[in-house]
Amino acid sequence: MQWGLLVATGIVFGLGAVLLVKLGNPGNYGFCAACQLRDIAGALGIHQVQLLQYVRPEILGWVIGAFAISRVRGEFNPRGGSNPGVRFFLGMVMMLGALVFLGCPLRAILRLAGGDLNGITALAGFAGGIWLGIYFLKNGYNLGRARNIENTAALAGYLPVILAVFLLGAVALNASFLNFSAKGPGSMHAPLAASFLIALLAGVMAQRVRMCLSGGLRDYLLVKDTDLLKVYGIMFLTALAANAYFGFLKIGFEAQPLAHTMHVWNFMGLFLVGLAATLAGGCPLRQLIMAGEGNVDALACVLGMLAGAGVAHGLNLAGSAAGVSINGQIAVVMGIVLTSGIGIFCREKVTLIEEGA
Amino acid sequence: MNEVLDLRGLSCPIPLLRTKEVLAYKDEVKVLVDEVTPRENILKFARSQGCQTVVLETGSSWQVTIRKA
Repeated sequence: MQWGLLVATGIVFGLGAVLLVKLGNPGNYGFCAACQLRDIAGALGIHQVQLLQYVRPEILGWVIGAFAISRVRGEFNPRGGSNPGVRFFLGMVMMLGALVFLGCPLRAILRLAGGDLNGITALAGFAGGIWLGIYFLKNGYNLGRARNIENTAALAGYLPVILAVFLLGAVALNASFLNFSAKGPGSMHAPLAASFLIALLAGVMAQRVRMCLSGGLRDYLLVKDTDLLKVYGIMFLTALAANAYFGFLKIGFEAQPLAHTMHVWNFMGLFLVGLAATLAGGCPLRQLIMAGEGNVDALACVLGMLAGAGVAHGLNLAGSAAGVSINGQIAVVMGIVLTSGIGIFCREKVTLIEEGA
Repeated sequence: MNEVLDLRGLSCPIPLLRTKEVLAYKDEVKVLVDEVTPRENILKFARSQGCQTVVLETGSSWQVTIRKA
């Protein structure tokens, strides 16, 4: 892929994330596909934690950006039918794992770029989960085929962008049916226009380079392709430089923004995300981008993530600055066991067939 | 024998993985994909291995022929 596109994507994500913190988002929270979707779940009443309720325009910008560029380039394609129920479940456990660590893999890199060394433990876990996922893939794991959706049913492919535009309008008008945090992280946010426009550009770039946090490492392990890893390297360095410039850089494990230091659970949380993302065919960010492109299976995964946020906060499974509760620890282990079960038992053989058969 | 690997509708990275597996024991493989991402991934991989590639558009899908040099 062209170097220019890779560099531009890394800069948009790295610089964009730090600018959003400068403009009002919580620390190391410029972009996070999991936490920001969790805040949307709060705004919609899917969970009741009053400190975590805001329709984050970053998520909406990604979906709308991916929709727009895929339409322009003729890549928008309503399709689905590859085991949406299992994908919904994989979305739930992806959210659970991310909320135990307090960030999706994208935020793990952004946290590290802010000096939060807990990102290292988490990314190691993420790599471990991807490795296990690849093991299942090599042994025949497969959720079955998706296909193009014909006729008016293809309108389902527009659902994510319609919902995103609706929510964007609602948050812009301070709609009374949405929850808005009065204090805490949910009340901290950059101006709506800045959040949306930076994310819109990021969504366009992410669609163009097929950005996927699990995909980056997976492609390297499978076929030694480093394109996406280059994007993450550039994103990390850009965010690191921007954090240093704005005085946000604080190196260490302790007292980091929206973080805890339970290393085992930081590792296990993103291990679960890496495993589930590899089995679902993409990380939380990639699922949002694919949903924007018309992929209804990815939409099922995103809806699963919203449900996962509800369960994680409803049953006190999510991590917090105080750490991870025993409930959360049990849930992560259960999540890894169940997701491994999916990896072992969901198979469909792909073999060579006679041409024209 | 003219054989083809039908990879249509399979999630990432299964199309790439299966192509790689077949290429390990065959000198030529034809694959059928119906999305841009797997097509790009397979072409990129094939070229990184120094293979020749031919892409044929057939309706809503692509048939990619990969031949070892």
